[in-house]
Amino acid sequence: MNTHGELATYNFAYLDEQTKRMIRRAILKAIAIPGYQVPFASREMPMPYGWGTGGVQVTAAVIGPDDTLKVIDQGADDTTNAVSIRAFFQKVTNVAVTTSTRQATIIQTRHRIPEEQLGENQILVYQVPIPEPLRFLEPRETETRKMHALEEYGLMHVKLYEDIARNGHIATTYAYPVKVEGRYVMDPSPTPKFDNPKMHMSQALQLFGAGREKRIYAIPPYTEVVSLDFEDHPFEVQTFKDPCALCAATGVYLDEVILDDKGSRMFVCSDTDHCENRRNEGHHGHLSGQALEAQQ
Amino acid sequence: MYVAVKGGETAINNAHRLLADRRRGDRSVPAMHLEQIVEQLGLAVDRIMSEGSLYDCELAALAFKQARGDMIEAIFLLRAYRTTLPRFGYSNPVDTNRMHIERRISATYKDLPGGQLLGPTFDYTHRLLDPALMGSQDVETPVTKQAAEQSTPRVSQLLTQEGLIESDGDLPDDHQTGDLTREPMEFPMARDVRLQALSRGDEGFLLALGYSTQRGFGRSHPFVGEIRIGEVDVEIDIPELGFAINLGRIRVTECQMVTQFQGSAKSPPQFTRGYGLVFGQSERKAMAMSLVDRSLRARELGEDLTAPAQDEEFVISHADNVQATGFVEHLKLPHYVDFQAELDLVRRMRSEFEAAQERDGNAGEDLEAAE
Amino acid sequence: MNEQPLLRVNSMTKYYGSRIGCRDVSFELWPGEVLAIVGESGSGKTTLLNNISTRLTPTSGTVEYRMRDGQFRDLYRMGEAERRFLMRTDWGFVHQNPADGLRMTVSAGANVGERLMAIGDRHYGDIRNTATRWLGRVEIDADRVDDQPRDFSGGMRQRLQIARNLVTGPRLVFMDEPTGGLDVSVQARLLDLVRSLVNDLGLSAIVVTHDLAVARLLSHRMMVMKDGYVIEQGLTDRVLDDPREPYTQLLVSSILQV
Repeated sequence: MNTHGELATYNFAYLDEQTKRMIRRAILKAIAIPGYQVPFASREMPMPYGWGTGGVQVTAAVIGPDDTLKVIDQGADDTTNAVSIRAFFQKVTNVAVTTSTRQATIIQTRHRIPEEQLGENQILVYQVPIPEPLRFLEPRETETRKMHALEEYGLMHVKLYEDIARNGHIATTYAYPVKVEGRYVMDPSPTPKFDNPKMHMSQALQLFGAGREKRIYAIPPYTEVVSLDFEDHPFEVQTFKDPCALCAATGVYLDEVILDDKGSRMFVCSDTDHCENRRNEGHHGHLSGQALEAQQ
Repeated sequence: MYVAVKGGETAINNAHRLLADRRRGDRSVPAMHLEQIVEQLGLAVDRIMSEGSLYDCELAALAFKQARGDMIEAIFLLRAYRTTLPRFGYSNPVDTNRMHIERRISATYKDLPGGQLLGPTFDYTHRLLDPALMGSQDVETPVTKQAAEQSTPRVSQLLTQEGLIESDGDLPDDHQTGDLTREPMEFPMARDVRLQALSRGDEGFLLALGYSTQRGFGRSHPFVGEIRIGEVDVEIDIPELGFAINLGRIRVTECQMVTQFQGSAKSPPQFTRGYGLVFGQSERKAMAMSLVDRSLRARELGEDLTAPAQDEEFVISHADNVQATGFVEHLKLPHYVDFQAELDLVRRMRSEFEAAQERDGNAGEDLEAAE
Repeated sequence: MNEQPLLRVNSMTKYYGSRIGCRDVSFELWPGEVLAIVGESGSGKTTLLNNISTRLTPTSGTVEYRMRDGQFRDLYRMGEAERRFLMRTDWGFVHQNPADGLRMTVSAGANVGERLMAIGDRHYGDIRNTATRWLGRVEIDADRVDDQPRDFSGGMRQRLQIARNLVTGPRLVFMDEPTGGLDVSVQARLLDLVRSLVNDLGLSAIVVTHDLAVARLLSHRMMVMKDGYVIEQGLTDRVLDDPREPYTQLLVSSILQV
């Protein structure tokens, strides 16, 4: 039936051209209706659902031979899944890859937006597990689609109201819902709410791919993105008490690293590229010497 | 601590190397050939083809070997390959009346045109471990008879002649058969797409749902009208030629369930039906599929929706084991950015709580803030 | 009082397959008027209520509603968005079982506040104050504002459901057996409350009940249904004191024995 000796000769960027065109049509529609979830015929990818198949399909549909790709997971280029996805694209496209935010033309990400401001020549591709911001308030797709269509978003504020009634403040820390261009309520994917303001009026095109749930949505450049809140409980981002222990950066998102079994810890930049750049520029945090040694 | 993060690339390579080693196992034991898997573990191959939606025994066997016998992993491998194949066209519907039957049973009639054929079934074996299989004993040649060349009518057709069962559903003339793998899913689904989803759905999940309808969660009073297993021709129309050409034969299992009759003032009582069709030999899956197909027709037939098996969005959204395993297992991936956000919030709320307690003068001596 | 009715129901008919749900029902409802629909179970009263309130689609007939701008609109010719907006602002629907009309795992405050947030209120403190005020009006203590209805008694849940419906100042409220599953003493208190709210707010209401005592206490006018047809209608006191149809006489005599 098949010449099995050479069974895996894949097209550029893995997907066949027909499929890429289908995805590009979905992307164009998504850009035309900012924040609206466009259904698309998601394909099986050679990595499991939930591991970035949506982002990978979007990247595969927009990447060209001249692109430079950066892949991050939790803000870092060298977490295992980021390494694995980057290796996949190297294999099936042979494009240049980088860890530098500045040099990348396409950045695929899971859970973070880079600290450095992105520009007009860049595309940020998000991996999305559950695209529906109303999902945990209303499990039915048929019902949530109707709620979006009729702009019935009262329920979303009921959730925020409950947070405040129970905890004194809004207790949503990631996947914090936003309203895009005054119309669609959108899930920014599980990025910490710290990153929400970066989506607003971003110069870069932002594309969101949910493979298992078969949805693509987008925020075109220079689009208004507002985090939902109350007038008397305005949206706030997380703040950190201390600067990065390695590069002394403030106003960035930090990861907590446990140093020993007594529970001592340090806080370091979640965005590894940003941290490295700062250290190269001569910034030093109070633990930079030790931590560099710990890197072998 | 930072080391584990930095070592990503090397760690992955080493893990793959170790996996290959474990897959091969003891080098003094001969490696398995794909032919051995195809010939001797045929039902595993059938399930992989069926839920992988690709009819190719050799590739399914390769997937099985590569996955170290993990069914869902093997199905996933086959699907990921299938999705890259170009779509040349769609075959004509297979005609199971003209199946080259190896097994065919009906629970609704003692005898019927074409007869009952037990075929290769576990049904009446006693489940006693067979020590003889530990060696490689010779196996007797089976007794076979020349198959009748004419087609064998399906039980549903016998009932249709009397008008006792609803006819096969009609789709509008301009209906294009859906393709679950090429178009986004939308609820409510047309039955053709729903059957596709069930046919490649997880055997265990459908089995449990079918079972639940028998235990009263959406009863449908099923009878096995007929199960048939055998080979059917696959034909495709070539527009340039103006006729259909034969691409080859595939083995399938078909189950037609005769279920709960219905009638009203306008139409006389009739049995309804549930349908199952899967690649290869898999009676359990075909039967479960036909039960679930029937219960998912509850809305169409005006029945009360009370049970999980009747809920199309619930059943279809969760039937795909490749999707399910991916999302469940993705919890292994790092989530520390989000966890950090939660951690920070919980700490903050705790310190607010403790501050409030102290303000109220209720704080015990030993309840001092940790930091 | 306005010279025009609030609602006009014309030849409303609903079939379930070949079975009659309700048949050829016409009436008008005036501002500030409470209409009771009575009958035993299966008589078609709930079917009628659901058809008028657009929860079901009638087989034939029209329902016209006078919008706040004074124009009559056919409810079944409105777009879904407009109809849903009407339902959650200008209308209320009180279910027999409060769990059908409340969010049981969301606080009382949010239950009352939901409609406000749905129409764009974005000030937490104001929403909460309004909710607390409404809890007071339905005799629920202000310190229960953060509790979930699943911790409430049946009577409290029903009162909370009423507050949730009234917070947007609707002009028309539908009630389906509002005192259904409650103890007799609780029923009396609830009826009292409903009656004073309806009076104070000048609400129009359509109340479905099998309990003639409820109809007597709440309604100005009543319709008696049997087998899908309205067999008798008139002022409540007239129908109850001087029933004309034998079936109504039977109903009235059976209640008097209780």
